[in-house]
Amino acid sequence: MSRQITFAKAINECLHQSMAEDPNVIVYGLGVTDPKSIFGTTAGLEARFGKERVFDMPTAENAMTGVAIGAAIEGIRPVMVHQRLDFFLLAMDQLVNGAAKWRYMFGGQDSVPITIRLIMGRGWGQGPTHSQNLQAWFAHIPGLKVVMPASAEDAKGLLAASIFDDDPVLFLEHRWLHNVHGDVPETLNRTPLGKARLVREGDAVTIVGMSYMTVEAIRAADFLSNLGIHCEVLDLRTIRPLDWDAVFASVSRTGRLLALDTGHATGSVAGEIVARVAMECWGKLKAAPQRIAMPDFPEGTSPALTKGYHPRAEHIVDAVARMLGRTIDASPLGAQRGYPHDVPGDWFNGPF
Amino acid sequence: MMDKALSVRLLRDMLLIRKVEEGIAERYPQGKMRCPTHLSIGQEAAAVAVGAALETADLAISTHRAHAHYLAKGGRAPQMLAEIYGKVTGCCRGRGGSMHLTDRTAGFVGSTAIVGNSLPIGTGLALSLQLKKSRQIAAIFFGDGCTEEGAFYESANFAIVRNLPALFVCENNLYSVYSPLSVRQPAGREIYKMVQGLGMPSAIVDGNDIDAAYAAAMAAIEHVRSGKGPFFLELTTYRWREHCGPNFDNDIGYRTEEEFLAWKARDPVASYEARLQQQGVPTEELAALHTQLDAEVLAAFEFAETSPFPDQSEAFSDVYTDKEVSPS
Repeated sequence: MSRQITFAKAINECLHQSMAEDPNVIVYGLGVTDPKSIFGTTAGLEARFGKERVFDMPTAENAMTGVAIGAAIEGIRPVMVHQRLDFFLLAMDQLVNGAAKWRYMFGGQDSVPITIRLIMGRGWGQGPTHSQNLQAWFAHIPGLKVVMPASAEDAKGLLAASIFDDDPVLFLEHRWLHNVHGDVPETLNRTPLGKARLVREGDAVTIVGMSYMTVEAIRAADFLSNLGIHCEVLDLRTIRPLDWDAVFASVSRTGRLLALDTGHATGSVAGEIVARVAMECWGKLKAAPQRIAMPDFPEGTSPALTKGYHPRAEHIVDAVARMLGRTIDASPLGAQRGYPHDVPGDWFNGPF
Repeated sequence: MMDKALSVRLLRDMLLIRKVEEGIAERYPQGKMRCPTHLSIGQEAAAVAVGAALETADLAISTHRAHAHYLAKGGRAPQMLAEIYGKVTGCCRGRGGSMHLTDRTAGFVGSTAIVGNSLPIGTGLALSLQLKKSRQIAAIFFGDGCTEEGAFYESANFAIVRNLPALFVCENNLYSVYSPLSVRQPAGREIYKMVQGLGMPSAIVDGNDIDAAYAAAMAAIEHVRSGKGPFFLELTTYRWREHCGPNFDNDIGYRTEEEFLAWKARDPVASYEARLQQQGVPTEELAALHTQLDAEVLAAFEFAETSPFPDQSEAFSDVYTDKEVSPS
């Protein structure tokens, strides 16, 4: 049985069911037990599972990551959460020198089954240090897994897979997705890590999306579909491991790649996809691979500075049109949105 | 005098460390141990006091200078030396080297190379023990330099807030690499007193006096095991040789020969052996102990030297638990 719930509710449901399934699952992070309960995602956990397994923590991102590692080595499955990814940057020693290396460094004897939820902002004044999408950093480190769900169903299924995975997983939640609705099974299913999701089938261009950019990709693909241009939309779901087979198979069908990214262009995952496709699918390409990512400068805070900063469906349509040598007026897509450029919809009124 | 069997055990553990470390120093110039190596010569008593006071089931974690802690907790010397030689029989199958040691059979969970890195991990071990309602405790070995890291304050704070069964073991050897305490911490600070200010009970003891250090460790462990929360034990001691490598370095100018000689005169191992002799342990028994340990250490080096290297294919296994996931 499935029913429509939000992405945030799907995460909450996953945490409840995972904690019920395995007494070794614990949840902690700044704000986990406060009245706002991390945008509702941790609501009810403390009351149901107690203060030992669900707790707020000292403002100590680095050590608390190491605490998760130490507990995980001894059989606990910690789920840690940060309300913005940017705060977690204090913990790079524990993440990169510790969690990522532990299994390899000690000859494969111990695993580090930790899940770190990182919420990433965009627009509405999030500014330079509340909006960073650093999946490329994390994906660069051998030993880490990087998960970026785009739908409510995947939020639940991929989080379950992450919690019960034996390796350290960074679970990246885009703030603009928390209110997205979708059909979500009532049962706790684990969606395998490393398997992309084919969201739209087509023959014109392969659009590879991740996280929130998959939402914009679907909008663009549906707009183009009405014009008779059918794009394939592949939602990566996980950045590492990355489903290269699915990417190469789709590009082999369409001959064209447009890779999307929620992070800055230089050194991005989209750049890696362009590189690998150029190396592996060269003979099948009908056009030079393209990417759309964030500009290579920080996100400003003022709405005046973020106009045009964030890629949206109309930019994807423009890119597809260029790859096909067509002229398409994408402006209706922007005009359809009856809300400001820097929010995901009417539901978002800040502040965080 | 302490129980004689215990005294001899403490001497034995210190001698084992001394002989292994001297063996490394002697062979290091051969170039077969090709990794940064930090010797514990001079600091044996601090390690053994705590290692012997812990139970085998208790967990321990340490830093880049971990040989003594590993051995004192019961870690196997042959596997440690094989690791330093980069052999597949090493405790990390050659992945870790001198700075990454582990022996789970002895409760020695691991040592890590980044200053302060293992403090939060040890605190997490303590959290897991608390969650499992175990009577085990987690011992976290580190040096005075670590108490300047943010990770120390963060770990100590959390251990206090959650009343964790964690023993913080600070070996104060006065130097962080070549930087003396005087350029790193304000004059007059006493680390163990500062930690009391955080809310963690603490004690200081002469880390070159094994009897005193052992008694202090037993008291500290009793505190932690009885559920009273974390405890900080500072042991004063001195590293005889260079920060990293086998040589003496009193000539390069960061410390004086006089200072070194003053500490060497308080050799924790030789002084204890002399004390036991005075207290009536027969010379023949001590001589036999030396003979037995010399053979044990020689065999450990032979094991390391004659063990095979790992196959090159092991370079990219164990990056992930999931065998399906290739490194790229």
